Order: sequence, then C-alpha cells, then structure tokens
Amino acid sequence: MDNQPTSLADFIVSDAKAVRLEPGDDARALLPHLARLALVEIAFPTFRDGRGYSAARILREAGYGGGLRAAGDVLVDQIVYLRRCGFDSFAPNVPLDPAVMDGALARYPAVYQRAADGVDPVWKLRHG
Amino acid sequence: MYCYDHYDQAIVDARVDEFRDQVKRRLAGELSEDQFKPLRLMNGLYLQLHAYMLRVAIPYGTLSSAQMRMLATIARKYDRDYGHFTTRQNIQYNWIKLSDAPDILADLASVEMHAIQTSGNCIRNISSDQFAGAAADEVTDPRPWAELLRQWSSFHPEFSYLPRKFKIAVIASEQDRAAMRLHDIGIRIIERDGTLGAQIYVGGGMGRTPMIAPLIKDFVPLDDLLSYIEACLRVYNRYGRRDNIYKARIKILIHELGADEFARQVEAEFAHVKTLDLDPPRAEFERIAAQFALPSLVPKALAAPNVASDYADPAFTQWLTQNTHPHKVPGHAIVTISLKPLGGIPGDASSSQIDVMADLAQRYSFDELRVTHTQNIVLPHVAASDLRAVYDALVAAGLASSNVDLISDIIACPGLDYCSLANARSIPVAQKIAARFADTARQRDLGELKLKISGCINACGHHHAGHIGILGVDRKGTENYQLSLGGSGAEDVSLAKITGPGFDEDGIVDAVTRVTDLYLEVRDPGERFLDTYRRVGMDPFKEVLYG
Repeated sequence: MDNQPTSLADFIVSDAKAVRLEPGDDARALLPHLARLALVEIAFPTFRDGRGYSAARILREAGYGGGLRAAGDVLVDQIVYLRRCGFDSFAPNVPLDPAVMDGALARYPAVYQRAADGVDPVWKLRHG
Repeated sequence: MYCYDHYDQAIVDARVDEFRDQVKRRLAGELSEDQFKPLRLMNGLYLQLHAYMLRVAIPYGTLSSAQMRMLATIARKYDRDYGHFTTRQNIQYNWIKLSDAPDILADLASVEMHAIQTSGNCIRNISSDQFAGAAADEVTDPRPWAELLRQWSSFHPEFSYLPRKFKIAVIASEQDRAAMRLHDIGIRIIERDGTLGAQIYVGGGMGRTPMIAPLIKDFVPLDDLLSYIEACLRVYNRYGRRDNIYKARIKILIHELGADEFARQVEAEFAHVKTLDLDPPRAEFERIAAQFALPSLVPKALAAPNVASDYADPAFTQWLTQNTHPHKVPGHAIVTISLKPLGGIPGDASSSQIDVMADLAQRYSFDELRVTHTQNIVLPHVAASDLRAVYDALVAAGLASSNVDLISDIIACPGLDYCSLANARSIPVAQKIAARFADTARQRDLGELKLKISGCINACGHHHAGHIGILGVDRKGTENYQLSLGGSGAEDVSLAKITGPGFDEDGIVDAVTRVTDLYLEVRDPGERFLDTYRRVGMDPFKEVLYG
C-alpha cells in the first residue's frame, strides 16, 4: 500500500512514499520530503487546468527523480507537453489509443525551449 | 525579415501534420467537439455565427510580399475573396470549411506562416510596433526580441493551458504605437547608461475589466529577458484564477495581489528560473537580429518636389501629410495604407487589393509589409522619390484613403455581423460615422481623433482606448451603443470613461457629432480632441449630450 498516494495534508504528517497533488496544492511543500518520495500523482480534474504542468516542473527542477504521474482528464493531445514537463506515467480517465499516442510523441522533430525532459532546444542545436 | 531555418520549417510542418490528424479524428467522431475545441483554437480556428473563422498569425505584424500574396491566394481559394486584418496584427478569414483548414495551414507553411496559438488559453502572437526597424525614434529594432519570444512561446509545454489567453507586446520607442500597456505583458526596450534593457509592464488589458499595466520591473538585462518572462508566466499559471473565466486574466491576479507583491513573487521565481539555462546565447540573438538588418537604403536629400505634378495635387499632398511618417534614413518615408475607405469595412481587403499591396512592397519597400493594430497596412521603407508612384497605384486599387489617425480611421471589431460573442453590430456604426464625417476638410479640421468600436464587452475593438470609444450592448433585445471619451492606447495611455446612457444606432452617430462639435468650439490652439477632453473634463460633453 506504500505506493497508494495520499493527500498532501496526510503525506506531510506521515511517512508515506506516495502523494497526490490537487491543482491548488503547492508542489513546493514537497521539496523538504523529496528523499522519501517514490511517486507523485498530479491530478488533472479537467485538461484545461494547467497548474499541474508547473507543479511537475518545479519538482523536476528541484531534483526529484521518482515517479511522476498525470491522472484524470489526460488526453493524447496533452501527452507531449506532459512528458516535456517531467511526467513519466499517465492514468487517464479514458484509455489512450497507443498508436495515436506514439504518433503524437514522435511528431515534433525539435523543441523551442528547455523544459524538464533534458531535450536541447533549437537554439542549443544551432549554436552548440 | 526573419527566415525559417530547417528547424523552424520542420516544426511548422509537423504542426500541419498534427492538425490534419486532429481534424480527421474530429470528422470521424473520435474527438468530441469539447475535446477538439481547445485543439482547433490553438490553431486559430473558431466556430462563428455562420462558419469557421481562421485567424492566421502575422508575428509582430511583419510579412514579406510572398507571404502577403499567399494571404490573397487563401482568400481566393478557400474564402470569399477577402480577408480581415485585425487589431492583433493578424488576418482572419470568415468563411472557412473545417475540412479545408489543414490544406490552408499547409499553404501557409509553404511561405513560413502558420496559425499557431492565435487563439486558446496560451501565449498568443507577439505584437509590436508597426514602424519597428524604420522609426526615427526607436533605440533598437524590437522585432528580434519579439522573434525570440515567438520561438520561446511556441508549444511551450508549461504554458499552453493557462487560466486565460496571454498577449505580449514589445516596443523600443518612447512613442507607443502598439498599445503596449494594454497587454498582459508589455515590454519596452530602453537604453540606460549605454546598455539596453527591458521595462516590464504586467497586467494590462481591455475586455470587461480594462486595466493599464503597472511597471513590475524597471530594467531587466536583455540576456535575462526570457527567464524573467518565464517567471512571470509561472506565477500566473500557478495562481491566476481559474474559478471564473471573467476573472482569469493576469490583470485580475495583479489587481488582487497588488503589483508589488506580484513583483516580489516573480523576483523569487526568477532567482530560481535563471539557474535553468533558459536564455538563448547572444549568438542566437545575433543570428536573428542580422535577419532584421535595415535594408541598404541610400540616404538622400529629399527629392525636390515636382510642383506641377505633385504639390499642385491637393489629394496627393493630403495623402503625404496624413499617411506617411518620417523614416530613420533621410529621403525615405514610412507609408501607411488605410484600409478604411468610405463605405468599407474597417480592416477588410480584397484578394486583389492584397496582391496590389504585395506588389508595391516588392517594388518599393524592400519586400516588406506590416499590419498595424489599427487595422491598416504599412510599407516601411519607401524612397521619397517613389511616393507618387505608390500613391497612384493605391488610388487605382481603391486604397488611397488619406485618413490615418483621423476620425474615419476607425477600429471596429467584426461585431454581430460575424462574431458569436457580439451583442451588437459594429460595422454599420463605423460606416455611418465615416459617412457623417465624409468631408475630408472637416476630418482634417478635427485632427487626430481615434475612434474605436466594440460590439461587445470583450472589447476587441479597443473602445476603452479610444479618444472616442463606442461599446455596443444588447438592451432588452435592441442594440444600444454606449459612448465613452478620453481613452488612449499610446504613450499617454488612459482608459475612456462612459458618458452616460447609451444611444440607438442613429443616435450614436449624432452623439459623436455633438461631442466633436463641442471640441471644435472650445479647443485651444494645437489641442487634439483628447487634450481638450482632458483639460475641460467630462461635464461639458455630458451637457451637450444629455443637457
């Protein structure tokens, strides 16, 4: 049951290893606890609520190397952005078509800005 | 002008491929309209009253002759032979079929254009000064910075599902021709002690809660610009309101937090973000800036006027006075082509007119055109000796209205004739006002007078920034027009104040006449309408309207 995510409030006062962040939760509250974390699940109650993208990057930028899962209204057309922000697993409400998802992930040959995926942006490719 | 390298082209081509796939899935029923909507919006495709509307990005309003010709081709091939230039320095097509949209994007990509992020809750097309690179008063050309911002914001993975849309403007002059402080972020590049840096204004906007952006940071070194903007966006993405669409713009966050507290949060975020190596190296800026180098204009003394053929022609003289501006290189001029002919629709141009403008740019303006937020077109680099030829060609194409910045140079949104959000029509009101003031001598006597009309509270027609602003509302099923006075989108930025109860369609035209008549009566020498309003205040205007 260790990896069953708890709420942020429960996580802070326990020794749990998995936590679930709601869109309004402050990801920085997790920074003192990164060492014991194995999984952070970030909720997307609606795909329109983009706070989870910032939460994910903040965790990755702080060096968090554990699991980062996007859960909820996660659609194939958001997968590329989610991956770039550091998510490595997905728990979508409606299963994604693997073929469509592979197509989406392979589509863009380059990116314009640094994010949490370690991919060099085009300015880096242009100038080394 | 910026030219794509193979990276830029490959990304835009991939976008076409992606959208083709999304449209296919939508037409096959695999995507619901609810799921498809944000995807089509990020490609500038709206469902309007009668058809789909496609908004094509014209980054910072700059385009080449070949790009301009493609805009004409699209109007001819996929629409009803015209396009509508907008206050966002873009072009919109009003009669698009969903099934054609992927082909249109492919045609655009063939000339290094796209519709990426011209809609949706993401960072929109970056706007700028339409005289950039040519203006005598700029400290540098702002467009290389706008292009860096364009690239940084394109498909930004963290900021594509913001609380609301996000508009950024970049200028580099004291004079503000881009309504910079009425953007979510306004950037003014300044020079201080021999170094260029950016003043950052955040939280401006029009819409139902108009606000002028406060200064958040007085001087950001340009090498930190993208990191600083990233920090602003991250604070907004995390804390901007999402409970109420009408309170979701960054201006509300700043209003609620206070500018100082917002600035403090951005500063803290910036200290972290700056460690992430987000800012491109100077070499990238220089690569881009080199492409915006001023064309090799040969400075020349002003050609002696040919008195017989030129200055004896009052129509040409009037056009020179009203539609040309000083260029940084002597012997040249910046030409503004008015898209506000009497009886026309503000910002509309037919495909043949678009072609004419493209040809003129190729022949006389180093292949370059600009779109202004006032819905006109600019030829930025015209030799004084070519002005007569340009003018004659514009006359032949019905594009020679000599009314730039005069009362008939009206900004108007599409209004209820096209837009699904509108409460009232804008276009017929603009046409009636232009007809009322058709006498050019009367317009000239009134001088600079910026009249702006919106057909709903969303304020696409910038009525809050009008010297005279008109807002169409629905009052118990009838179109009603509210008059406001004293706004400005320029460096003397201010928000217009409503005069009182609204008017019907003919009543608003009479009301404009009454306030302009009063101005003529009470103005001091040299005063514009706006100056007189600021000096005498609202009361005398109320008196002539309602007294």
